[in-house]
Amino acid sequence: MYISVKNLNKTFKIQTKKKGLLNAIKAFIKPKYREVKAVDDISFSINKGEIVGLIGPNGAGKSTTIKMLCGILYPDSGECMVAGLNPFEDRKKYTSKLGVVFGQKSQLWWDIPVIESFELLKNIYKIPEDEYKKTKNDLVEKLDIKKILDVPVRQLSLGQRMRCEIVASLLHNPEILFLDEPTIGLDAISKVQLRQFIKEINKDRKITIILTTHDMTDIEQLAKRVMVIGKGKLLYDGSLKAIKTKFQSSKKLEIIYNSLKEIPNVKSKIIEQDSKRILFEVENNSKETISNIIEKFSKVCQIEDINIYENNIDNIILELYKEYEI
Amino acid sequence: MRGYISYFKTVLLTNLQYKIAALAGLCTQFFWGFLQIFIYEAFYEGVGDNAPIVYGDLVDYVWLQQAFFALIYIRHRDDELANSIKNGQIAYELVRPYNLYFWWYIKCIAKKYASVALRFFPIIFTALLLPEPYNLSSPDSLVAFLLFLLALVLGSLVLTGIIVILQNIMFFTLEDKGINSVINTIAELLAGLILPIPLLPDVLKAIASALPFRLIGDLSFRIYSGNIPIKEATINILFQLLWICILVIVGYLLTKKSTKKLQIQGG
Repeated sequence: MYISVKNLNKTFKIQTKKKGLLNAIKAFIKPKYREVKAVDDISFSINKGEIVGLIGPNGAGKSTTIKMLCGILYPDSGECMVAGLNPFEDRKKYTSKLGVVFGQKSQLWWDIPVIESFELLKNIYKIPEDEYKKTKNDLVEKLDIKKILDVPVRQLSLGQRMRCEIVASLLHNPEILFLDEPTIGLDAISKVQLRQFIKEINKDRKITIILTTHDMTDIEQLAKRVMVIGKGKLLYDGSLKAIKTKFQSSKKLEIIYNSLKEIPNVKSKIIEQDSKRILFEVENNSKETISNIIEKFSKVCQIEDINIYENNIDNIILELYKEYEI
Repeated sequence: MRGYISYFKTVLLTNLQYKIAALAGLCTQFFWGFLQIFIYEAFYEGVGDNAPIVYGDLVDYVWLQQAFFALIYIRHRDDELANSIKNGQIAYELVRPYNLYFWWYIKCIAKKYASVALRFFPIIFTALLLPEPYNLSSPDSLVAFLLFLLALVLGSLVLTGIIVILQNIMFFTLEDKGINSVINTIAELLAGLILPIPLLPDVLKAIASALPFRLIGDLSFRIYSGNIPIKEATINILFQLLWICILVIVGYLLTKKSTKKLQIQGG
């Protein structure tokens, strides 16, 4: 196993304050704390070269899990081994195998040009000059950041910066890459570019990638395997396809027609209907297929347009969260 | 080591670009320098020759203090680390193959030297040219001057050691203003920044001599003017080395401990 996590736990103490002056004084004298189990007995294992998506609502414990895997947070209990190392105990050794991008934070130095940040990272990671040049040129070309290398980080747009962040995290050729909300706040083009790139490096360099995101398209495009975390617990670990099949029991079929005299005999449920259109819900496992229905209609009227709606991934995840009550 | 050196350079060069801030600082330094000198002048007229430090030495003390302000003032530190703990940016520092303690140490000291590099020359130059008795006099002897330089550099290492320990408090409290303003004031008093150590009452002198604060700036400035003779200076420089070791060990262990307690703020 490349990554193995056993019974991982992390609890945070949160100070609770009620409103009002009196309560503020009370809290000053004797602060009250509430314990929040951010990660509650999570176990899983991941193979080398996998892309795994971690999803779950805000505050579910995704980032905490990732931060423990990175060696940033110290777990209260449990075991966690990545590439044969304990992230916290062997921190220094482990960091050379590890690349990290936190979408909401920056690892580039704010005041200096991007290329100087890269050079600094080269020295920090003690990357040999020729290896550094090769990796850098390759990444710079793939992510198309050549033009902005001389620009101070503070003057970059979010999309530009994120591309530079990714390059920064890969300069030392890590074996494993953690992406914590890498597409947050990015426009459509940047997102597509980034996803394409992530797929490529996973394939070319065999980097194991673990990503958290709230953008289900990220997951759909990148991760075959999904872990759903809610209230600190690992609720689901498996393929995205299985979730889809489970929660996508039906599709919607819309037919827009002209001069319909009588609705043909169709078994599927009619959701909406007016003089120009009709909307069906077609169960996936029903004998009557979508083409059957279209065929029946084509005999009795002139079909102007047909739309088929799938339950989109966001709604599926919503239903999934509902089922797990998170 | 390559990483640390390269980081030192980066921080130094980045901070050298803040020219306007340096200029503003320069004005403040001159203002304070003159203010202090005039106050001492009035004060010394009443004391006569019985003062524990002669007026000329005191003027040197004031100008050196102003010139090397960034190296000796405990308040002169940025809140970048404090902010990175507050907003969770610290997460990135923990995934790097460097030792956090030495990294912060380098960052702190590099900023100090950048700040001094922009300011010390105009102050020293002008102070040397001022009419007597307001001018900075030349050092007591060549040996005194060399010892002064050594003690000044070692003093900045002592100060940085103290600052990194204070910054570690942030890990435990998330807010450092309250506790640090108390510590800052006590430290400044015992460092001779409010009044030079020779002018302090005997009780405070005794306390100050047992603590590292006087080794930051007071020592080197008095070596410069000859107020502390060479032999005593050498002994005190050994004290500086001892304190640097103690502070670095304490800071190192504290950082190790505090990172275990770390929580990353802000998701």
